[in-house]
Amino acid sequence: MTERYVVAIDQGTTSTRCIVFDRRGQLVSLAQQEHKQHFPRPGWVEHDAAEIWRNVERLGPLALNRAGITTEQVAAVGIANQRETTVLWDRHTGVPVGRAIVWQDTRTDALVNALLAAPGADEVQERCGLPLATYFSGPRMSWMLDHTPGLRERAERGEVLFGTMETWLIWNLTGGLHVTDVTNASRTMLLDVRSLRWSPQACEFFGIPPAMLPEVRASVAVFGTAEAAFPGVRIGAALGDQQAALFGQTCFTPGEAKCTYGTGSFLLLNTGTELVRSTHGLLTTVAYQLAGEPAQYALEGSIAITGSLVQWFRDQLELIASAPEIETLARTVSDNGGCYIVPAFSGLYAPHWRSEARGVIVGLTSYITKGHLARAVLEATAWQTREVVDAMNANSGLTLKTLKVDGGMTADNLLMQFIADVLDVPVVRPLASETVSLGAAYAAGLAVGYWPDLEDLRRNWHRAAQWMPAMDPVLRDREYDNWRRAVERTFDWIKPA
Amino acid sequence: MPGTVQSIERAAAILRMLAGGTGRLGLGEIAKSLDLAKGTTHGILRTLQHVGFVEQDRVSGRYQLGAALLHLGTSYLDINELRSRSINWADPLAARSGEAVRIGTVLEGRVLVVHHVFRPDDTFQTLDIGTLLPLHATALGKVLLAYRSALPPAELERFTRRTVVSPRELAAALEQVRLAGWGAEIEELTLGEAAIAAPIRGYGGLVVGAIGVSGLVERMCDTRYRPHPRLVGYVRDAARAVSRDLGAARH
Repeated sequence: MTERYVVAIDQGTTSTRCIVFDRRGQLVSLAQQEHKQHFPRPGWVEHDAAEIWRNVERLGPLALNRAGITTEQVAAVGIANQRETTVLWDRHTGVPVGRAIVWQDTRTDALVNALLAAPGADEVQERCGLPLATYFSGPRMSWMLDHTPGLRERAERGEVLFGTMETWLIWNLTGGLHVTDVTNASRTMLLDVRSLRWSPQACEFFGIPPAMLPEVRASVAVFGTAEAAFPGVRIGAALGDQQAALFGQTCFTPGEAKCTYGTGSFLLLNTGTELVRSTHGLLTTVAYQLAGEPAQYALEGSIAITGSLVQWFRDQLELIASAPEIETLARTVSDNGGCYIVPAFSGLYAPHWRSEARGVIVGLTSYITKGHLARAVLEATAWQTREVVDAMNANSGLTLKTLKVDGGMTADNLLMQFIADVLDVPVVRPLASETVSLGAAYAAGLAVGYWPDLEDLRRNWHRAAQWMPAMDPVLRDREYDNWRRAVERTFDWIKPA
Repeated sequence: MPGTVQSIERAAAILRMLAGGTGRLGLGEIAKSLDLAKGTTHGILRTLQHVGFVEQDRVSGRYQLGAALLHLGTSYLDINELRSRSINWADPLAARSGEAVRIGTVLEGRVLVVHHVFRPDDTFQTLDIGTLLPLHATALGKVLLAYRSALPPAELERFTRRTVVSPRELAAALEQVRLAGWGAEIEELTLGEAAIAAPIRGYGGLVVGAIGVSGLVERMCDTRYRPHPRLVGYVRDAARAVSRDLGAARH
């Protein structure tokens, strides 16, 4: 019998990857392509959805080719995608309406402030489980409908479709299927997070014509069969990237948590079929839903800027040539020299949710070198994790015992040790740091019976590395206090217009 | 005497120009000064840029000597970059072999462990990134020595009865590594343990590190005390995959 595989499409913020996995969940081949980031104005971030689809069309066959396999050997394809990024397109031509607005984009700042004061705001936030913020797709759609001449009329006539990236990709893969999954839908502010249906009240509140919205489906289910990129292969899953990582880390039991370190970082705690309301600046979100079963929920701590701070240090300050060199530079000094960087580039997310905050570098003296700055860059990721873990512990009443980590930044040994130090718990990396892709592959494979059940997936999880806390508690407390004082200095920077 | 390679002569001329000039030079100036076609000059500059000998200013598009030229004698690949680029291939190697994986480079006459993946059996293990190992008594070290990434130490310390301590024997072992394309260590550092390693190559085929697996000798070797060909295959596949990612041509 010919060996069969599962393919994941990881459509991320900076790049798109197609990865082929084997039955043990091990990476067989990978093809990756970055796409252009458009920054037309300060605070605006856009992607070209057509470029992203072209990349998927090219990378799919390339990944299969590198693995030396054909589409007949692919049991299923699964999608994990950057969440909240908003695409509108013409139903008849399939051509995107303008560029996609990316999750980091803060153009809806004024709109969100106005909506916060509008009647019904509290009920909408309660219904969708999210705080009103520029981060989510609902306000973004609203902005696009308001700022594109004639668009609202076309949308009301059903000529314009909305999708997050998975919806856009499935539309193109299948030649016109307009669907989303519960995890992605739960990030729009339009979904009733209990009934898992579009909320008419929320649609009205944001002024969204329901005709634009895709059909909401379970995450782990056969969506359809691909006609392009992987002709004849079933699409077995779609998940938001962070939910996919939770799945890839096999956090199937309530109380299990993971943190993925990428452009931003996202800590998700499985809360089971129980929907837990956040009281500490966390998000209530859908973790995943298997076809025909109740949805599993999660509490999420979202950090906007972690890996992208390293990219900024590389591309804008030009102090390093490649991202991994940040560790080399940071190791030229033994501590941060009293310097702290709070990367509130687009405000602060969890647990603060301050959209008017902007980044600061504090504690500068003539003693500070680029080595200290490099340390402060890495430490910012660790302290932001600490803030989210504190909120998670307070909110759930559980105390985190170990942190499962994944994502590109887990290759940074100094950072992983520092996270263990400031959290005072062991940090564990699994034997597959590509957990976003792996989660999409697992979910797709599960949907078509390639893997029999969740237990089988769990057996694939193995520890690849572990960092033990080793920091003096007095030093930890003092540094945390400094960090919190630095965070306070970012608040109220942007004045209301 | 075989003929000279024209494009290398031209590349050398460009480097001399950039070294002698004041500040950065544009493509047009360089092409004109050397009486070369712009396309040819651009191709050479792009290649020199790729290997780090030339850098291009982002704003003006003008060229200058690259930082790599100043560090020709030292390792050109940052160790954290090497870890970051190999992490995706080290994990599958651990999964397939069932053994611990390490990646090493040379630091001051020893093997520096730059990456370590636990043996995937979920037992307690400790990360040993940053540890220094002897070159002559480890599979990683012998691979690095064989491809001239380092010179053998003057004195070959004995760790076990099986450690290679004679320079002549070591030279023969290194020749064997070059012929086979991989190296092994069988109870030469620690009794009861064995390891297999293969070279990681960067651009132009330059060996920049070694990747290998290690574990109990009865799991690593067959009844004739030789490394299992299956494990050797996994190690070489992983080494090739990392090398391909680092831009080495196929070997």
